[in-house]
Amino acid sequence: MAKRKKKEMTMELKRSKWSQLLASILVNTIYAMQNFPIMLLNSLLAPLSFLIVITFVSHGALLSVAIEGAFIMTMVSAGMALQADLSHLKNDMKVQDMVVSSPTSAFMYIAGMGISEIIYFIPNIFILSILAVLFIHVSIQAALVITAVMAIMFVFSIALSFLLSTFTQDIIQGWAFTTLVSTLLSTIPPVYYPITYIPMPYQYIAYLSPTTYAAQIAQSASGFLAISPMQFAIDWIVLILAAVVMFIIAAKKTRWREI
Amino acid sequence: MAESLVCKNLGKTYKTGSNALRNINLNIPTKGIFALIGRNGAGKTTLVRILATELLQTKGSATINGFDVVKDADKIRQLIAIVPQEGRIIPWTTPRQMVISYLLYRGFSYKEAKQRADESLKKLDIVKYANTQSSHLSGGIKRKALVAAVISSEAKIIFLDEPTTGLDPISRADLWDVLKEMKKDRFIFLTTHYLEEAERLADKIGVIEDGKLFALGTLQELRKKIKYEYSVEVFGKGAKIKPKTGEVVTGLDEHKQIFTTAKEANRLSKELIKKGIRFSSNPVSLEEIFYYIVKRSIDTDRKNGEEKEKGDDYGA
Repeated sequence: MAKRKKKEMTMELKRSKWSQLLASILVNTIYAMQNFPIMLLNSLLAPLSFLIVITFVSHGALLSVAIEGAFIMTMVSAGMALQADLSHLKNDMKVQDMVVSSPTSAFMYIAGMGISEIIYFIPNIFILSILAVLFIHVSIQAALVITAVMAIMFVFSIALSFLLSTFTQDIIQGWAFTTLVSTLLSTIPPVYYPITYIPMPYQYIAYLSPTTYAAQIAQSASGFLAISPMQFAIDWIVLILAAVVMFIIAAKKTRWREI
Repeated sequence: MAESLVCKNLGKTYKTGSNALRNINLNIPTKGIFALIGRNGAGKTTLVRILATELLQTKGSATINGFDVVKDADKIRQLIAIVPQEGRIIPWTTPRQMVISYLLYRGFSYKEAKQRADESLKKLDIVKYANTQSSHLSGGIKRKALVAAVISSEAKIIFLDEPTTGLDPISRADLWDVLKEMKKDRFIFLTTHYLEEAERLADKIGVIEDGKLFALGTLQELRKKIKYEYSVEVFGKGAKIKPKTGEVVTGLDEHKQIFTTAKEANRLSKELIKKGIRFSSNPVSLEEIFYYIVKRSIDTDRKNGEEKEKGDDYGA
């Protein structure tokens, strides 16, 4: 007892950041899947369903591109799912209020929730990796480019998710945001097929989404799309800029403490 | 370091223009139980959320043990824990998982979190529900699980925003026992509209209405705010009662409450029996003190034709 009291006196020094990360992972992923296993199936179906449709419609011709697109969309879906989860925990459970009034910082909370979303999609990434090994034969360099693109899209989408979640007052509003953003990030951009399949002038609309640049980089790196080195460089600049700008906006505009 | 909670001219106006708090001045020691009582919408939750560093005030300042709630929020967050008014246990977790997660958020190791979770669930007598998915639990058990989470922590200052709402009388009494035990080495800031709860638990009581703190003190001190020790409540509209000594407060529903001396209460009782009017006569309770303080002040404001802009100072 006395030992615990002494420990509590010095708690400020002994708090574990790993525990704070683990808390979000347990709450948002492990416990959720353990108690509601249907959620695991849901996380598998979301990006894979598009892959299946595109493969059937193209009679298998676009399978390789679609697998690559599914990798990117998995990260976007993971990031966007964060918005709904944060809104739910904040507005319906008031869990975020309990966390705000605790030693966990906003950064640790979001980092933990972000990691939890990736863990949630691990089975998905695992299946896609098997499909990639079977159907896409890319160089290590191209694989690294695709991984980098996936990471940037994830940063972009979690920053956007956190920003939106602070403004949502109800889960219904959160769903509306999810649909809207998912249209912008996943329906409009040519992720599962090359942009050349979109007729002009509609390609310009696709370029409004950062996912288009991510897909172009990935498709170009693996040889599915021929673009000039200049276009390749522009795609990288736009993608990184979009992620950085979104991160800055989120850092400045999101509210940990309400006003 | 000052072991106290201090508010100076604390005010909050929401973007909608609603004045939730008006010049709250408060100075109470951070030990024992402080109960803030008030009706729905009185400003209790807004005050708690500002003190728990969840919400920014628009005016004034507040400090807890010398730390400013805005400038030193990180330091305050090491000391405090809260059960929000509408806080709910996450539906896909069990009470045990919920408590463990909360402790992990506070930085405890997984091993220690498990140990503390089991102790607090036992303390709140919900061990048999510890591993039941919360969507299958009653509202009372869910509420207890949230309280278990905060009491299992090391926080020395605990905000409980209407913690017993929805609990059955037995569960409520159980929780009161836990709070009485907890107050020995922690400070509990409790909001409630169950006046009986404040009466039984609190060392100090604050009365808030329409964003203003109307009274603060121990139950005995609040009793002194009413110079009469008896209350005669008259039921039914239109009853014409004129006490020789005392004060009549008429509610919006026109029922009358007469605060008077024991002797006059006795005389009025006889008169009311003669007239066949239903009534009750009792020593003043906290409920009546609340009603007296709040109602009287509203009447005063109405008489003045404007609301008092400056709140009163209440010290420890």
